[in-house]
Amino acid sequence: MFLDIKNLSVSVEGNQILHNFNLQINIGEVHAIMGPNGSGKSTLANVLAGKEDYEIHSGQIIFKNQNLFDLNIEERAKQGLFLAFQYPVEIPGVNITPFLHSSINSKLKSNNKDEIDNIEFAKLLRLKAKDLGIDKDMLKRSVNTGFSGGEKKRYEILQMSVLDPELAILDETDSGLDIDALKIVTEGVNKLKNQNNSFLIITHYQKLLDYISPNFVHVMMNGSIIKSGDKSVAADIEKNGFKIFQ
Amino acid sequence: MNSEITKTIDDINQEKYKYGFVTDIVSESPKKGLDENTIKFISNKKNEPDWMLEWRLNAYRKWLKMKKPIWSNLNIPNIDYQDIYYYSAPKGFEEKPKDLSEVDPKLIETYNKLGIPLAEQKVLAGVAVDAVFDSVSVATTYKGELEKLGIIFCSISEAIKTHPELIKKYLGSVIPTGDHSFSALNSAVFTDGSFVYIPENVKCPIELSTYFRINAEDTGQFERTLIIADKGSYVSYLEGCTAPQRDSNQLHAANVELIALDDAEIKYSTIQNWYPGDEEGKGGIYNFVTKRGLCKGKNSKISWTQVETGSAITWKYPSCILKGDDSIGEFYSVAITNNYQQADTGTKMTHIGKNTKSKIISKGISLGKSQNTYRGNVSFLRKADKSRNYTQCDSLLVGNNCGAHTIPYIESKNSSALVEHEASTSKINEEQLYYCRQRGLSHEEAVSLIVNGFCKQVLQELPMEFAVEAQKLVSISLEGSVG
Repeated sequence: MFLDIKNLSVSVEGNQILHNFNLQINIGEVHAIMGPNGSGKSTLANVLAGKEDYEIHSGQIIFKNQNLFDLNIEERAKQGLFLAFQYPVEIPGVNITPFLHSSINSKLKSNNKDEIDNIEFAKLLRLKAKDLGIDKDMLKRSVNTGFSGGEKKRYEILQMSVLDPELAILDETDSGLDIDALKIVTEGVNKLKNQNNSFLIITHYQKLLDYISPNFVHVMMNGSIIKSGDKSVAADIEKNGFKIFQ
Repeated sequence: MNSEITKTIDDINQEKYKYGFVTDIVSESPKKGLDENTIKFISNKKNEPDWMLEWRLNAYRKWLKMKKPIWSNLNIPNIDYQDIYYYSAPKGFEEKPKDLSEVDPKLIETYNKLGIPLAEQKVLAGVAVDAVFDSVSVATTYKGELEKLGIIFCSISEAIKTHPELIKKYLGSVIPTGDHSFSALNSAVFTDGSFVYIPENVKCPIELSTYFRINAEDTGQFERTLIIADKGSYVSYLEGCTAPQRDSNQLHAANVELIALDDAEIKYSTIQNWYPGDEEGKGGIYNFVTKRGLCKGKNSKISWTQVETGSAITWKYPSCILKGDDSIGEFYSVAITNNYQQADTGTKMTHIGKNTKSKIISKGISLGKSQNTYRGNVSFLRKADKSRNYTQCDSLLVGNNCGAHTIPYIESKNSSALVEHEASTSKINEEQLYYCRQRGLSHEEAVSLIVNGFCKQVLQELPMEFAVEAQKLVSISLEGSVG
């Protein structure tokens, strides 16, 4: 099993958010998690990424045959776990090029691979940006600084495609996007998708799934998955809302 | 406080000062303490003309009547001026060595360790260096090349003998000897420093640089730098400083005067990395520096850029007097304080001429239990028609035990003057750290990246050769790295 979440219970500041949460993902699969606001979707994403504000009560997460809780945030990232943030934070004065360059090199280094030099990296970044239809002027700006909501999300997808993760978690990447931006984001995912990586796509709306075809759709409510199935589950939600599961 | 930040601070507190070594060399000093005889000793050691000795004694007499400035936001311990050596020279420096073969190999080794090679074939490409060790100038590189262009770049001791007309005209013309007690003290006992003269319409093709090193114990360093850019000329100058790690405090009271004539431009950059004291606040340099530039001619420009990471106490306000019409003054500063360091730094822009412009960008970063103050004074005199100032002060706090203060003074006697002031204070953001770490960067890398980003506006003003060095220095000041 590539990712195995078993009986996970988590709270934040005394409030329990995840209740005996279970999910298995195999390599090469795309999973979508849908759920209303407050169902614990973002908590799940942050617990997977290793954010330290959460209290884990019980359960375990096995990722690539390791206990995920033994690894800190950056170690998980170096192991190929990528989180596309719901609200990417601005880092003024830090240009994307050196930022992503040190990011990719720290990953290569921890996998005992040769680091990539400045020139090669600049080429790679320009190529990936072109693929995603991202203007190269955007590469000259500071990380997320002064970006519109849509630009920030495209920028997350650019980073994802450069870092080429094994497990990509997209936390409501589609929220706040107009249809053009949504297409760019979903095309990015479709281009990157292959037999050697997996996606966990967290979304509030069914719209995203018009462009990405997940193998599984899960409905999450009150901190656990209450229904799993194929794409038809999403269609049900579109038609009847989340309340049919309540 | 969140665990992530606590951990970073712990790492930071383990920071080591990598320039803390001592060179074991025999030095020659007079006895400790200051009186007229000390000054006569220094002047005599340097074979100075009588007028120079008189100038010094005059300053000393003024100093005796003065009190230390008390307006800063600093806790300055009483300095016992009788417990300091005022002159220290490696033995055998009665005359500056003619070439490096006459210099004690230990000294050359010291500068190699500091990353400042003095041998011509190894000198930094495109940078001429004057190296000052305790009280004397050890070597000046690239001198011959510069002479062909008529540029004078030598130690000030040498200039007093070889170019008395320029010294008499300009020394003390921007910072009067009686300006305040540290300037009077420096004028009385200054030992060495650099002198630069750029002739009319010459653009100095390489960076000029002075490297100051305090080695001897209980020794004050009082250097004096004088830079004159004649009409239409340009020069970029950089100073760097380090000192050994010692438990006692050492005094550094420098005076730097810049003069830019019509259409001339001086760019002065400082990377100050004096020993800051240990984690308990013991030891470190007291850095009381007076730096002032005079835009004397029309359309002249003086630009100060400083990266201040060291010293136990920093008291420093590089200033511009904008006398010539259309002249420009700029001040770009990064000041990082950690542990028990105190910094009170900023600038003074005095607009006298018409259409004068000044720009101030200050970035203060406080860590540990340190206090970091920006103090600025922008004034417009009566005739400074249509003059402008733009000030931006940003402070970044790391942890909960440090302080950042911004104290701007603005005085205007001219109604057409325009002043803009922006200030911000922020803390290193948890979300930023999380974001960087999710991309595979370690804690320290993330903090260093965020702080470097915060300082970018200033760091990019440094000459290319030093920008990378400054970035590293910023990182070292933050990391647990020994470098």
